Amino acid sequence: MQPDGLIAELQQKNPKAFERIYERYSESTFGIIYSIVNERTIAEEILQDVFIKVWDNAHAYDSSKGRFFTWLLNIARNASIDATRSKSYKNKRKNLTADFFVDILEEKSNFSKKTDAIGIKKYIEVLKPVCKKIIDLLYFKGFTQADASKELDMPLGTLKTRNRNCIKKLREILVP
Amino acid sequence: MTNIQQYIDSGVLELYICGALSEEESKAVSAELKKHPEIVKEVEEIETALEHLSTAVAPYNPDALLQKIQEKINSSTNTIPIDRDRRSSKTKIVLYIGWAASILLLIGLFSVLNKNRELRDTLNSVQTKNALVEQEIENARDDAEKAKELLNVYRDRNIVKIPLGGQKVAPEAYAEVHWDKKSNKVYIDAKDLPTPPPGKEYQVWSLTLKPLTPTSIGLLSNFQEDDNKIFILENANASQAFGITLEPKGGSKTPTMEQLYTLGTVS
Repeated sequence: MQPDGLIAELQQKNPKAFERIYERYSESTFGIIYSIVNERTIAEEILQDVFIKVWDNAHAYDSSKGRFFTWLLNIARNASIDATRSKSYKNKRKNLTADFFVDILEEKSNFSKKTDAIGIKKYIEVLKPVCKKIIDLLYFKGFTQADASKELDMPLGTLKTRNRNCIKKLREILVP
Repeated sequence: MTNIQQYIDSGVLELYICGALSEEESKAVSAELKKHPEIVKEVEEIETALEHLSTAVAPYNPDALLQKIQEKINSSTNTIPIDRDRRSSKTKIVLYIGWAASILLLIGLFSVLNKNRELRDTLNSVQTKNALVEQEIENARDDAEKAKELLNVYRDRNIVKIPLGGQKVAPEAYAEVHWDKKSNKVYIDAKDLPTPPPGKEYQVWSLTLKPLTPTSIGLLSNFQEDDNKIFILENANASQAFGITLEPKGGSKTPTMEQLYTLGTVS
């Protein structure tokens, strides 16, 4: 559930509310950032910048425009993509292949308590390659629906229903 | 009903949460959400699933970073400009150190990987505890300073003490005003006022009699959190009496006389 009361308190600059928002969203935000930059130190720095932005600009969040989670997701993706464009980042990552969330999950062995580790691994196993690509573009990389449909050479309607079915699998595993 | 199901099945909600819709399209979905609880339920489930997915991608729980973020927020009260040059050069050094450390770790650490993780967990919790203790020390220091100031107020003969007795709505209520006319400060001792109900707070009024003119001098905000229940307000008025009323949060322009809790005249 979206904690609307907490978000309102955050917008009134309540530091306690900020702490609880951080507890609730920091790990998922960290995952988004890490899936883009793939480097822990940089991901940590970006996470800090993102939550400072959340504190400074909380008043700018408007529930009539979208979900708080989406708002946060946008800030995190933009900050991460900005970072990947910096020169120092490019130098550092020159010799590494581009990863995406599936690789990270497949390589990962220690999961924190917040997630259903077995469930997520199972999810990746059953996920069709096209699903992996769609979720990567729409969710982790923040493509617009038009851009994703072009990139995947897939009509918009097909993209929408496929994306829904891909996420549905994940829901079935997490909420049996 | 079939209409709503069709809407849900179209996949628009998934795109909405991913942030893949245009601003107009998102606004339209938000409007639907306000109307249909079934859509809200669907959105929550999709969101939870994606939240879990990205949490699983996180290399570890970044709890320990909260303290750093709070320090940065506290050190600059307004906006924080991101100093990219400094950040990148700093990152570079940190990164080189990081790479060197990783290689060392890789060589010798396979067997102690688990131990390392346990240690990090302990470290995280110790860091959090440290932060809490530091905060407590800081609070105690603030309290001590305030206590010293208050002691001086009680000892100072030039400070006028005005007892405010309970009124009709709360006969058992009591408060004291200590008025320092030199510095135009009033210290309100509100220890014996009842805790205000949610959405309400006390407002303090300076009164001049004949004709009765109330002037607000401030609110007793954060009443419940304030341990010693002593509030310091400014008062440059030629007050003849002081009153405290219960008002909606944020205060009122004029006092609500039916909610007058305490009142006392300057002798």
